[in-house]
Amino acid sequence: MMKLGIPKEIFLDERRVAATPTSVQKLIKLGYEVVVQSGAGDPAHYDDDAYRAAGAAISMDAPSLWEQSDFILKVRAPMMHPDLGRHEVDLMKEGAHIVSYIWPAQSPELLDQLAAKKATVFAIDSLPRISRAQKMDALSAMANIAGYRAVIEAANHFGRFFTGQVTAAGKVPPAKVMVIGAGVAGLAAVGTANSMGAIVRAFDTRLEVKEQVESMGAEFLELDFADEDGGGGGGYAKQMSDEFIAAEMALFAEQAKEVDIIITTALIPGRPAPKLITAAMVQSMKPGSVVVDLASERGGNCELTVPGEVVVDHDVTLIGYTDLPSRMAKVSSDLYASNLVHLLSDLTPEKDGQLQVDMEDTVVRGVTVVKDSEITWPPPKVEVSAAAPPPSTEEPLPAAEVPEESLVKKWLGKGSLLVVTLAALFGIGGYAPESFLTHFTVFVLACFIGYQVVWNVTASLHTPLMSVTNAISGIIVIGAILHLIQAGNAGVGIMSFMAVLIATINIAGGFRVTHRMLKMFRK
Amino acid sequence: MSIGFVSVAYVVASVLFILSLGGLSHQESAGRGNYFGIAGIIIALVATIASVSMGAGGIASIVIALLIGSGAGLFLANKVEMTQMPQLVALLHSFVGLAAVFVGFSGYLDPLVITHGAEHTIKLVEVFLGVFIGAITFTGSLIACGKLDARISSAALTLPGRHIMNLAALGLTVLLGAWFLGAGSVAEGMLPLIIMTAIASVLGVHLILAIGGADMPVVVSMLNSYSGWAAASIGFMLGNDLLIVTGALVGSSGAILSYIMCRAMNRSFMSVILGGFGQTTSSSAAEVDSDQTVQETSIEDLCEELNMAESVIIVPGYGMAVAQAQNAVGDITKLLRDRGVTVRFGIHPVAGRLPGHMNVLLAEAKVPYDIVLEMDELNDDFPATDVVLVIGANDTVNPAAMDDPTSPIAGMPVMEVWKSSQVVVFKRGMASGYAGVQNPLFFKENTRMLFGDAKESVDKILGALRS
Repeated sequence: MMKLGIPKEIFLDERRVAATPTSVQKLIKLGYEVVVQSGAGDPAHYDDDAYRAAGAAISMDAPSLWEQSDFILKVRAPMMHPDLGRHEVDLMKEGAHIVSYIWPAQSPELLDQLAAKKATVFAIDSLPRISRAQKMDALSAMANIAGYRAVIEAANHFGRFFTGQVTAAGKVPPAKVMVIGAGVAGLAAVGTANSMGAIVRAFDTRLEVKEQVESMGAEFLELDFADEDGGGGGGYAKQMSDEFIAAEMALFAEQAKEVDIIITTALIPGRPAPKLITAAMVQSMKPGSVVVDLASERGGNCELTVPGEVVVDHDVTLIGYTDLPSRMAKVSSDLYASNLVHLLSDLTPEKDGQLQVDMEDTVVRGVTVVKDSEITWPPPKVEVSAAAPPPSTEEPLPAAEVPEESLVKKWLGKGSLLVVTLAALFGIGGYAPESFLTHFTVFVLACFIGYQVVWNVTASLHTPLMSVTNAISGIIVIGAILHLIQAGNAGVGIMSFMAVLIATINIAGGFRVTHRMLKMFRK
Repeated sequence: MSIGFVSVAYVVASVLFILSLGGLSHQESAGRGNYFGIAGIIIALVATIASVSMGAGGIASIVIALLIGSGAGLFLANKVEMTQMPQLVALLHSFVGLAAVFVGFSGYLDPLVITHGAEHTIKLVEVFLGVFIGAITFTGSLIACGKLDARISSAALTLPGRHIMNLAALGLTVLLGAWFLGAGSVAEGMLPLIIMTAIASVLGVHLILAIGGADMPVVVSMLNSYSGWAAASIGFMLGNDLLIVTGALVGSSGAILSYIMCRAMNRSFMSVILGGFGQTTSSSAAEVDSDQTVQETSIEDLCEELNMAESVIIVPGYGMAVAQAQNAVGDITKLLRDRGVTVRFGIHPVAGRLPGHMNVLLAEAKVPYDIVLEMDELNDDFPATDVVLVIGANDTVNPAAMDDPTSPIAGMPVMEVWKSSQVVVFKRGMASGYAGVQNPLFFKENTRMLFGDAKESVDKILGALRS
């Protein structure tokens, strides 16, 4: 049985943990043993006792935890341990598995180190962004938290309400928020700011997200520009042309003068974050405005932000925190832990504690960056996008002609029905004897009464309607009785007898079952 | 009793029958309506028996038949489970059909009144028609009953050239009708009448075999209608206005129900009756992106959500009846309502195998009828709903009906459950519904699947909610 190890995070101010008591229970159900380093969950408000109660063993220090674990579950990429003076990779058992953020593109040395340890490495940040992998997508989960927190931080440093209010003391205008980049974080920020009552605008180079932005309650800012779509495959944006960028910057400059809060979330994979908010734009903002730069770890979208810090420049507060998810350690640990549970349950199809790394599976292939001493990153490309794929043109639909044809048919049908009805009525009127006509009148009128009465029956009583009509159609018993009484020969007698009998079944059964049903309908 | 009294009694009975159906317009008056119906039948029976003079043998045979019949009827009605209502209704339809055939034959062999000339011809047409409709209703309803009871496979039987065969049967019937009308004596006329009865019986079997399980609401309504028309034709044959009125009431009732059911599936009546749904159109159904995935939920998670929810809508389907989960669903409803949660039920017109079947099952589970709403009453409320539980329904909650014009069920009105915050679908596995259409609902972001037997799942939730 494999042993999963949950070490305490050592990155400065990292408060998240890779497993929670709830996720530990689920991991144990998958057939694994779980060891948690003492104090690993403390910053996220999960103490050792909670882990013990969930069935985990507690290991007192990092070296013993790393040594006994076959599979390390972590948040931050392995790094130099400040207290031990050893790199976490060196603490690892040879041939062990590890899942955490790795950022393979930025950290080739780490990959080499891990490959030398014969480790199997799952980089949670390299998960392909396809729907099947959504449940394990930690980037999205964390981005969602960061987007929410960005608005909260902004509100904290902003000296006014978000929502507009009319008070006895006077009118307060609502805050205006611009969100740049409508990815998961951007959309979360849009939703949060909107629910706090602010007027929200959002911009994104990918036109495909317009609908999503609008569904979250924001206005989508569009450039007056020949449509250049910035969808770069994999749900990310791509680098845009110079003219486009110029138009974009003009839009931001104009908006900066008007809005109170700017939240930037623009990232392009494999490149430093684009500089979208210049010093001049910051200067043009109203005093007391706030800029939250979610890209500050990757260089920042605003020229003036300082990564990890809050600075005030030109009377504008610039927030450059890089640890927004970690500032909400409880929920981010919960979601991250649940992402890992989903990944592990995909890797453990038999739920027997035996890992199966199926490199044919797109998701597993994408997330695995080191296996059997080899670096398997980057994986072959997978194409997906937020918008639906363009409709296939292979099977053209017969469009306009069909309705016309069926319309003609319908009119023909109606016309011929009318003609037949008229002819029938004429025939009946002309040739049928009077006795028939009286019955005919009764019949037609009864049909109309039936029509009126039955349309009034409430849909919930349609079953009782059927059973009661069953019962009353047993009235055919009258005919049977008349025949039975006057039966001239045995054959007719037997048939009439049978008819009386079964028609009575209908009457008694139909009314009885209707009664049973109706009794059940209660308020 | 004089003819006058009998006629008055029949008028009273007719009015009582109309009142009986009229009573069903509301739950509160429905019970009274049923008593009106019973009173109508008793008045008609008493008046009929009193109007004719007969010997002791006649009275004895009538009493015996009435006693056996009502005994059997009461026994059936008391024994039947509410989930078996569709079968019972179909069986009762077949009885009306068979009675119509018997009375039709009796009326031909041993007419109550001797007729001549045009009147005689009309009477023969009525006999022929009554027996024809009666025979189709009889065998068709038996097959419907067998399908609903799972004694016969509910899949649609599509023989090659089945439309031609049906048309041929109809043509043959018309020819036999001509022969029958031209027959010189009763004995001579019996042969075409018997052949026609046989053909009509086979036609009834074949027509209903060609219709698949979920189209049963339409079929049962249609047979309901036929049984009415059969009774009406017999009424014409006997010159009995009460039978004509009753037959017309029942016939139009069934016809309206069929129409409502067809409209709820956005299909024409003909296309349902001709059967074989899905086989011709499914090729154009959009392929589901293989990348899509469903998200599972657990009993615990669902209970937590239910505990936090303010508004819950439950959408049941035939699957709930199959799993016999209605009582547990009713208990959950009561529990949640006691905790102050708004719980409502959304019923699609074609949910189940009989019009209004879900309402009866929920009523049996003691769900108050005023929280059981129709699709149209509820569709606007989904966006303001926290949790929607879809129990055993599939096609009736399929967003493809609205979004995908190439889907075989395109245009069918559906419950827009996906607009709520969270949808939980109770399902055995990933099989598609009756229409054979994949359901994009399962892949939506706010949809969670709870796999397993509906009854077991609902019981577990009930247990977890109580603890």
